[in-house]
Amino acid sequence: MNPVPPPPGYYQTLIADDPFWLTLIKVVIVFAALMLVTLFMIWFERRVVGRMQQRPGPNWNGPFGLLQSLADGLKLAFKEDVLPAARDRAVFFLAPVLSVVPAFVAWSVIPLGPEVSIFGEATALQLTDVPVGILVVLACSSVGVYGIVLAGWASGSPYPLLGSLRSAAQVISYELALGLSIIGVVLYAGSLSTADIVSAQQTGWYIWLLPVSFLIFAVSMVGETNRAPFDLPEAESELVGGFHTEYSSLKFALFFLAEYVNMVTLSAVATTLFLGGWMAPWPLSLIPGVNEGWLPLLWFFGKTLAFLFVYVWLRGTLPRQRYDQFMRLGWKLLIPVGLLWLVLVAALRVLRTELTTGQILIAGGVALVVLVGAALLLPDQAPPEEDPEPPVVADYPVPPLDLAVPPTPKRRRRAVTAAREEPEQGGETVTAGASREGDR
Amino acid sequence: MSAAGLVLSAAPVTGGGEMTTGEAVVFWILGPLALAGGLGMIFSRNAVHSALWLVMTMLSLGVLYVVQQAPFLGVTQIIVYTGAIMMLFVFVLMMVGRDASDSLVEVLRGQRLAAAVLGVGLGGLAVAAVADTLTAGGPVGLGPGYGPEARGNVVLLGSSIFLDYVLAVALSSFLLTAAALGALVYAFAGRPRRAASSQRARVTERLRGPLSGYGSRSGPGVFATADSVATPALLPDGSVAPASLSNIIEATRRERLDADIADVQSESGPAGDVDARALRGDGDGGGESGGDSGAGSTHDRLSAGDHGSTESETTR
Repeated sequence: MNPVPPPPGYYQTLIADDPFWLTLIKVVIVFAALMLVTLFMIWFERRVVGRMQQRPGPNWNGPFGLLQSLADGLKLAFKEDVLPAARDRAVFFLAPVLSVVPAFVAWSVIPLGPEVSIFGEATALQLTDVPVGILVVLACSSVGVYGIVLAGWASGSPYPLLGSLRSAAQVISYELALGLSIIGVVLYAGSLSTADIVSAQQTGWYIWLLPVSFLIFAVSMVGETNRAPFDLPEAESELVGGFHTEYSSLKFALFFLAEYVNMVTLSAVATTLFLGGWMAPWPLSLIPGVNEGWLPLLWFFGKTLAFLFVYVWLRGTLPRQRYDQFMRLGWKLLIPVGLLWLVLVAALRVLRTELTTGQILIAGGVALVVLVGAALLLPDQAPPEEDPEPPVVADYPVPPLDLAVPPTPKRRRRAVTAAREEPEQGGETVTAGASREGDR
Repeated sequence: MSAAGLVLSAAPVTGGGEMTTGEAVVFWILGPLALAGGLGMIFSRNAVHSALWLVMTMLSLGVLYVVQQAPFLGVTQIIVYTGAIMMLFVFVLMMVGRDASDSLVEVLRGQRLAAAVLGVGLGGLAVAAVADTLTAGGPVGLGPGYGPEARGNVVLLGSSIFLDYVLAVALSSFLLTAAALGALVYAFAGRPRRAASSQRARVTERLRGPLSGYGSRSGPGVFATADSVATPALLPDGSVAPASLSNIIEATRRERLDADIADVQSESGPAGDVDARALRGDGDGGGESGGDSGAGSTHDRLSAGDHGSTESETTR
């Protein structure tokens, strides 16, 4: 473990003097890695969801079915590209590109590891470090929405349009919550650069320091990537396929790619912001040298994979939310809570410079006691009113709730018992009926 | 991706006013693009296309800001203008519909001429102002205190917004909040407030209200006086179908209905005979229809009955 974090901006100067060929190598590697991770993710998702549904999932092509998504991808590329007649030519072509490119660009600022030496050149495992790195990620995600929105519009049919309208509203709403949760991290790290944020977590991950921010980020990143249970833009039960209904072949593959890359991107961002980026988790971090060289790649991708597993888990578990519930969650819960939390964090940051920890704890305790006391003073909620009358409905084929079957008339009952006692006189049929009852 | 990556990493480290090669390359790529975006916005017929051209201009400007040592401004430009404001524009334009186009009839007389004159005048003013700064003074605000060494001048920007001009910023934010609230009030003022109905209320409304008539009824060809599970089904001859009797539902316990079965058997003559054979055929030990659960279809039961009838005839 490296006890002294490097000064802010250290990695930026380290990366800034990379020769051109090294930058090119990094670009190619990041690109290839993302393509591979996407293929892996599709397989991973199908396998995990399969296990959750008591079935094996794809296990036929290659070891453990790993080549299944490659085969699917090839098949997709060779399919016919169906072009709707009512499309807008230029925009229909532009939309998938606009949705894929920002997803890849966001990876240029993700720190994958600390300082290493590549072919004798000292550099960091990061394509580039800009002073506003985390904002670059936000900018990429906000440009990526154009892909979805324009795809729906350019298709020239109603379902995609509805899907893209939903998507626009959804991503704009959840981007606010996302931004609010990031501000807390930035306040503590004192920098917008992703590498600096990771360095600042040397003493403790921000998931412990800023749990509320982490929760808000985790919820809104699912909303931002249009994944279940927030996959309303492509709700197949309501909108056929949503914004990509009219897309086929490679254009559809690009949307697919963008969705998965976005998932991986936001998982990586969450790792960077809250889980200490490439730093080893606690018991391992006590071993010296575990945070140096190429080993941190392992920790980074391990944590990212954990987030991706949660994505898949959510999809396998939760039903899709209704649109108004989803919007209410974003606007009435996440954003106000995010704002309040931000005020609290900012106030604590100011107080830290002026008060001692003991004073802050005392003040916080007093505030807590007052809050709890006030909560006790609140009157109890009235029990919900019972409906006095059960919903008896005429002319509707349901049994009434207060159904009372009248007892059989005595005459008949007597006849039945008589028939049972004298089966010969009652005839064969009644005997059969009685014996049949015995069978039951 | 590589272009943006290079641009981001090629943010110049120089502090002076001279232009590096990377900066020049970026400028000569993005400058024409921004210009083309502006022209395209003006000349395209489709409103959404116009908006997209404008998006291109804004993106180009954002990257240019980044290159000129203002990364925060550049990225904020992309987030705020491209990501939020233009997205709202596109949102509204999409609502308008794809084929909606502006009518070309001139409403105001001489409007085009006036617009041309004013536009050229505004352009002239802007060019004059910018040209003046090109020659009058060198670059200001670059160097160690502002550039990448200062971590993207976010700190300076923050202190000037939240310390020096805090009153102005707070007032303008109040103004914007009031404007947003006002818009909401205007949008919702005329409408009566709809009471939030609970799920229970909605169920009651569905069952008792004006829509209560819309439910699924028995299919055509089914003769039934009731659809209740508490009412046993009748076979075509009017006898009780044993398959419709259940051990679980108290109302249709076999013991309760034995009397009915007996009625049919003893009083109604041939029909009762048929029913009796059906029962007997089923009860013969489950030779054909299983007979253990009573879940066979009416058809099974009738065929079993036929079988039973032949049997009983032979015994007779």
